[in-house]
Amino acid sequence: MSLLAEVRLVAAKDLRIEVRSRVLLAQVLPFGAIVVLLFAFALDPDRGILARVAPGLFWIAVLLAALLAIGRAFAVEQAHGARDGLRLAGLDPASVFLGKAAAIVVQLLVLEVVLGLAVVALYGVDLRGGAVLLAAAVAATLGLASTGTLYGVLAAGLRARETLLPLLLLPVLAPVMLGATRAFEDALDGATADAWPWVALLVVFALLYTGVGMLAFGPLWEDA
Amino acid sequence: MNATVAGADARTRLLPKGLGRAIDALTLLAIGALLVFGLVIAPPDRFQGDAQRIMYLHVPAAWAMYLAFFVTTLASVLWLVPRTRSMVWDRVAGSSAEIGLILTGLTLALGSLWGRPVWGVWWAWDARLVTTAVLFFLYLGLLALRAIPADPTVRARRSAITALIVFIDVPIVHFSVNWWRTLHQEATVFNPELNPQIEGTMALTLWIGVLAFTLLYLSLLDRRYRLATLEEGLAERELDAAIEARVAAASGSAS
Repeated sequence: MSLLAEVRLVAAKDLRIEVRSRVLLAQVLPFGAIVVLLFAFALDPDRGILARVAPGLFWIAVLLAALLAIGRAFAVEQAHGARDGLRLAGLDPASVFLGKAAAIVVQLLVLEVVLGLAVVALYGVDLRGGAVLLAAAVAATLGLASTGTLYGVLAAGLRARETLLPLLLLPVLAPVMLGATRAFEDALDGATADAWPWVALLVVFALLYTGVGMLAFGPLWEDA
Repeated sequence: MNATVAGADARTRLLPKGLGRAIDALTLLAIGALLVFGLVIAPPDRFQGDAQRIMYLHVPAAWAMYLAFFVTTLASVLWLVPRTRSMVWDRVAGSSAEIGLILTGLTLALGSLWGRPVWGVWWAWDARLVTTAVLFFLYLGLLALRAIPADPTVRARRSAITALIVFIDVPIVHFSVNWWRTLHQEATVFNPELNPQIEGTMALTLWIGVLAFTLLYLSLLDRRYRLATLEEGLAERELDAAIEARVAAASGSAS
């Protein structure tokens, strides 16, 4: 089987589980939405602060929800010896990595669209710079998913995984958080020329950690 | 039993005993010299006064921090390369990361103490400060992962891979934070033109500080390594003792 076919197989498996269990829709999405709501309590909605800091708030909400989605991506491998089944399936570890990451990307993009609409509606953001927003969101999501999958498998076998995963993941994602927020800010300000370098940074991050993930996933997957 | 002690001793140490002792002695000597130079001989700074003396600790601590994290990375690579794989490198990586984290904390704390009188604030969103803070959490995560008990080989592998993931992130963090602070902060309080050129006694004191912290790092690394091997030995002995007790209890109840 070609790499692409294997990737599609693993991604389809994870997405099929999601479609049937609806954990993302029923739990992760509402969690992200309540975070968006809580920001309005923390920052007085009457003073126009929310619209100004909307990009940062949006990405923090996405990041927190992503932690849950990543944890979930490996929790589904725990039950019924699913992990052993996948290991014995004879797939290339790199394609398992890419497949799981791709499934996370799809789920996060759905999450971002919904939370994005919520932010636009609730914080009163004027949406513009669509191409930059799209490019930055996709690049940032690829970075989130690749590092998330890498650390997800690393933490999968550990008893303290729920608490360890955020501690490992959030500092590594600092550049993604920074880059995505700046790119969104510049795009919404109409300064698209300033935004593209940040998008480039996000792309470099995503490529780098996808490469590391493809190499490192195998040995980590064996131990998990 | 006695015959194995000498051999065990050699295996529990990173450096030969004599060399370790010599480094300890030199460390004390260098720290003594740093105290004398930093507090007495070096003149107070024309602009910053005595607060500038914190730099004689802050800058060397930052240098030793980078050294420690570099050694962690190097040792992790050496563990991952099959030809050089040895638990020695795992212990070195872990010990060095631990010392590096302490040095990072020290760098941040000392910088904060210096910033208060000179900048008027404990903390500023300067690129280097933010990068160092992220660095602190990156390696804190690595140590949290290392602290989780596991099969030694499994633990070594995931620690080494994590050390590399973290190391790759450092330049990206540095680059992005730098970019952020220069693109979006028009007036900066940190004007490089204000930095006085250091020379003479002050530069010498700084170099003594760098030497002292480098020696201190080596001395701590040697000790922490020995502690790691002793801990491993302890775990083995405890297991043996537990098995013996279990066997004794079983035979006791049988008779």
